Amino acid sequence: MIEKTPILDIFTYIFLMVGILIVGFPIIYSLIAATLPLEDVSKVPMPLIPGDQFMVNMKEAWTRGNLGNQIFNSFIMATGITVGKITVSMIGAFSIVYFDYRLRVVAFASVFCTLMLPVEVRILPTYEMAANLLGPLQGLWDVLHLNGLVSWFAGHDIEVSLNWSLLDSYTGLTLPLIASATCTFLFRQFFLTVPEELCEAAKMDGASPMTFFRKILFPLSKTNIAALIVIEFVYGYNQYLWPLLITTNPDMTTAVIGLQDLIPQADDLPEWNVALGAAMMVMLPPVLVVLSMQRWFVKGLIEKEK
Amino acid sequence: MIKRSTFKSGYLPYLLILPQILVTLTFFYWPALQGLSQSFFLSDPFGRSSKFVWFYNYIELFTDPLYLKSIVTTITFSIAVATVSITLGLFIATMANRALRATALVRTLLIWPYAVAPAISGILWLFLLHPSYGIVALTINNWFGTEWNPVLYGKDAMIMITMASSWKQISYNFVFFMAGLQAIPRSLIEAAAIDGASPFKRFWAITFPLLTPTFFFLSVMNIIYSFFETFGVIHTVTQGGPGGSTNILVYKVYQDGFVGLNLGSSAAQSVVLMSLIILITFLQFRYVEKKVQYTG
Repeated sequence: MIEKTPILDIFTYIFLMVGILIVGFPIIYSLIAATLPLEDVSKVPMPLIPGDQFMVNMKEAWTRGNLGNQIFNSFIMATGITVGKITVSMIGAFSIVYFDYRLRVVAFASVFCTLMLPVEVRILPTYEMAANLLGPLQGLWDVLHLNGLVSWFAGHDIEVSLNWSLLDSYTGLTLPLIASATCTFLFRQFFLTVPEELCEAAKMDGASPMTFFRKILFPLSKTNIAALIVIEFVYGYNQYLWPLLITTNPDMTTAVIGLQDLIPQADDLPEWNVALGAAMMVMLPPVLVVLSMQRWFVKGLIEKEK
Repeated sequence: MIKRSTFKSGYLPYLLILPQILVTLTFFYWPALQGLSQSFFLSDPFGRSSKFVWFYNYIELFTDPLYLKSIVTTITFSIAVATVSITLGLFIATMANRALRATALVRTLLIWPYAVAPAISGILWLFLLHPSYGIVALTINNWFGTEWNPVLYGKDAMIMITMASSWKQISYNFVFFMAGLQAIPRSLIEAAAIDGASPFKRFWAITFPLLTPTFFFLSVMNIIYSFFETFGVIHTVTQGGPGGSTNILVYKVYQDGFVGLNLGSSAAQSVVLMSLIILITFLQFRYVEKKVQYTG
């Protein structure tokens, strides 16, 4: 600090503490609730001294919510989205930046146009697409009256219907969320800052494009990749609307959605201790990822959005 | 933009961009076109027959009092979320920037809510604001002497989803304000201090104007967040109720399309949302990014 302002400094720390408390309060309170037996958690007001029922509640939440299975699903989905997004957009950006070909500008523009279109605004048609990936081909098939043609060939009626559904599958959970203009854009920006000399030198040494990518570009991008891993893992794990639509089978549900069933409704027992215990367990993986990779997280967040 | 030295290869660049193009076509362009065309048709709930009806769905939509109410709800909600979370984020970031000690610890304690799913944030606040068990609800009852009940009163429900949605967003805003504050040259602040400006004066005359780009950027991001990503909060906490008082536009698309099976109207609503997002993106690139730049 520049001048000595002892009173202001005290206030700074007080306000800071209050701020941290406000931010942390919902979690601290829920953690306490998760340690209490049912009769304490439904007391008004709830006691603020932790009880000894933590493990009991956690076990109950784990089995009742089928959390093992659901957290596993969430993990698969988050990992799939993270790996898929980063791979697809990294090689895409490599193609756009390091090659000169006729459709380059068209390719870039068509990806760039989807920059801000979240899945939430196009849910119904995307859902229809996922319900039958071959839907557009079926339309073409019908328009061309190919059924008649096939029947004529075979000599009897044949109904051809093309169907490839992604509902209730890991592919369906991940694939539609993989397209990301933001990641492509970020890698493009980064590749443009890589010195020209590196590429020239690699070419001089007779390296093929893929060798250059593997031996030079990939190692240089490591911090960017680490940053994106944190952001995309959290994004994938916390998805709500898409998994809600695409899964109907309870075994395929993700953890964040499954929690809904544990919230006590008006005429249930008010088992908030179990519901909040489950919520704590479900939110743990992404929180751990953010906290353990804090440096990359901050970098990723700021670079991705700017 | 492209590199000066590029590789020459016949098929490789196409192969590399192919996955991206394929996913974009199947899950962005085709659905978007499909939605656009569906919005001009009126179909029965079973999808057996559909009739081309020109702008009927849109006219219906904008004369439907429920939809107009939903627009007002969405705007109120997004302004509330943006205001609460930006103000608190800026306040905490300014304090954290002033504090000399334990900055790393402070940051750790403040950023983790970002990783909490909106739906989970909804559950936590549902408990805190529960009319019979919630401690915050009790406090509100005692302090203001009103009967707090988000299950019955639309205003209370709106406050509840605003709190649940803003809480998580505070840490997002904190990260950006912190980065913005640390980018301000120390010499500027020192020069002002030598000229006799008090810490408050320095904040309003130097820090705040220099933060305007961050400020505008965060306004846009928070509004987009409260338009779309808060779906999880609404679905777990109020499900649009009571009486449609928290039924924001995204939730209405879902309800009309997947619960009510009114495909034409849902598609028209999607198109409206898409145009809105495109408009916001355009405005952001056109004006916000260009006009509000003070640093070189």
